[in-house]
Amino acid sequence: MKDNSPIENVAKLARIEITEQEKDFLGGQLAKIIDYVDKLKAVNVDGVLPLRGLHSDAPVLRDDQAHVSGLSRDILENAPAAEGNYFKVPPVIE
Amino acid sequence: MEDLIALTGTQIAEQINNGKLDEGEVFSFFRGRAKKLNASLNSFVEIYEEPVGAADTRGVPIAIKDNICIKGKRITCASKILNSHRAVYDATVINRLKQAGFKIIGTANMDEFAFGSSTENSCYGVVKNPWDNSRVSGGSSGGSAAAVAARLVPFALGSDTGGSIRQPAALCGVVGFKPTYGRISRYGLIAFASSLDQIGPVTTNMVDCAWLLNVLCGFDQYDSTSSQAAVPDFNNSLVDDVRGLNIGLPAEYYGQGLNPEVKSRLDETRAVFEKKGAKFVEINLPHTEYAVAVYYIVASSEASSNLQRFDGIRYGLREKASGLKDVYFRSRAAGFGAEAKRRILLGTYSLSSGYYDAYYVRALKVRRLIKEDFDQAFKNVDIILTPTSPTPAFKIGEKTLDPLSMYLSDIYTISANLAGLPAVSIPCGFTKENLPVGMQLIGKEFDEATLIRAGYSYQCATEWHKYLPPMIAD
Repeated sequence: MKDNSPIENVAKLARIEITEQEKDFLGGQLAKIIDYVDKLKAVNVDGVLPLRGLHSDAPVLRDDQAHVSGLSRDILENAPAAEGNYFKVPPVIE
Repeated sequence: MEDLIALTGTQIAEQINNGKLDEGEVFSFFRGRAKKLNASLNSFVEIYEEPVGAADTRGVPIAIKDNICIKGKRITCASKILNSHRAVYDATVINRLKQAGFKIIGTANMDEFAFGSSTENSCYGVVKNPWDNSRVSGGSSGGSAAAVAARLVPFALGSDTGGSIRQPAALCGVVGFKPTYGRISRYGLIAFASSLDQIGPVTTNMVDCAWLLNVLCGFDQYDSTSSQAAVPDFNNSLVDDVRGLNIGLPAEYYGQGLNPEVKSRLDETRAVFEKKGAKFVEINLPHTEYAVAVYYIVASSEASSNLQRFDGIRYGLREKASGLKDVYFRSRAAGFGAEAKRRILLGTYSLSSGYYDAYYVRALKVRRLIKEDFDQAFKNVDIILTPTSPTPAFKIGEKTLDPLSMYLSDIYTISANLAGLPAVSIPCGFTKENLPVGMQLIGKEFDEATLIRAGYSYQCATEWHKYLPPMIAD
């Protein structure tokens, strides 16, 4: 991450608009952090499986039963824009 | 009513139950203190006018970190992106607290989305340390720890992803407990890193801690990662006896970077346990030096995924834009603070095509090696003793320009999250500058009981948990 194009690309993937100033500032800090985490390259991980879950027991799923939450009005009250029973968004097709 | 400060939370609850104290007066007392002292500490985001709890119960006040849902109340994660959001349901821990009679007094300040070790990343400003207002309270549950330390409230809940309960507890001189991954339901906790996050109690002492763990722990059908393992009555572990207990001392936690005064306090702690009949065993956790690097990849990757939901569509801040895509870009740019952006970008980078195997998958492999270090160590010891934090509370602003130095302040707490183990920070003395020092005890998976017994025995032999910050004496 020495030049600005990687940070621009990552910000695009993350859907965050960043300013020119942030590109330098965040880009520089990220480069330092990535230099630091690169120390993991020194670890011998041959034959080691990635640790993807901590529990030996399988996750417990509850029965697939529908419940009426009655919360749709409360949920819509938190929306930046709503109309009727729907979230309202700007045009999707450009 | 000033006597209330000298009582433990459990004692206050007993006196409410037997009629010696009036619940309403207790609430008013703590609310009044919180209102008055919050002006200098900034430990609360919101202090409620009226207690929130179950109407047919009586109990003591508790503060809740601002990332746990309380139905009908504002929840912000100290982020601009959630500005005026109101929780539409109660977290499982809130239900449990209400049933047990607790009365919620308000929400505690924190680092934005729990990203930080100093509470300087809050959109509401830094939480000051009650022992020295020029210093940080630690983080990310800095508000919870500072409020309990200053006796603004007897109990608080925090959340701990890499040390966010234990490190502020150490820096503020209180008890902070992170249970085993899966012990406490996270339903209603706004997710940061789902393979690491745990909710836990902040209290002044181990007796209060055991009580709160009894209330909070247990399986919940609404959290598929919550464990069905049986939960013992932790009150049975309040036994002053550590004879024959084997305590591990990992060499990697006592080396370079450890403040000499913190090291001295840990040596004294060891002597206390030895005098009570515990045995010490030198152990090694050889992959410790990689824990911070593993953590920042794993936690940031999971955070970048979890925080995708903050897009300006269904809740939170929405910036004006002509098209949908620009709503995402602008809302997230305006709503997230600098540290949130750093973590989301680092996580996105680690998960992106071309870097996924080199960063994310490699980190998961080293995470397994870290867990296996503990599995090996626990064949020979019952618990492990380490410092909680390499230094006492640092100055406000000291580390804000260098994120990496901030990350390294969690060097001793992160591994317990990576391995899913229970761990507790307990006050174990002070520096010459009168700043609290904390020890950390790490236990075997689902063996909170032994940590409680060891911590309780230590507090039977010491008075560190009874000292009050100077601002209270004023």
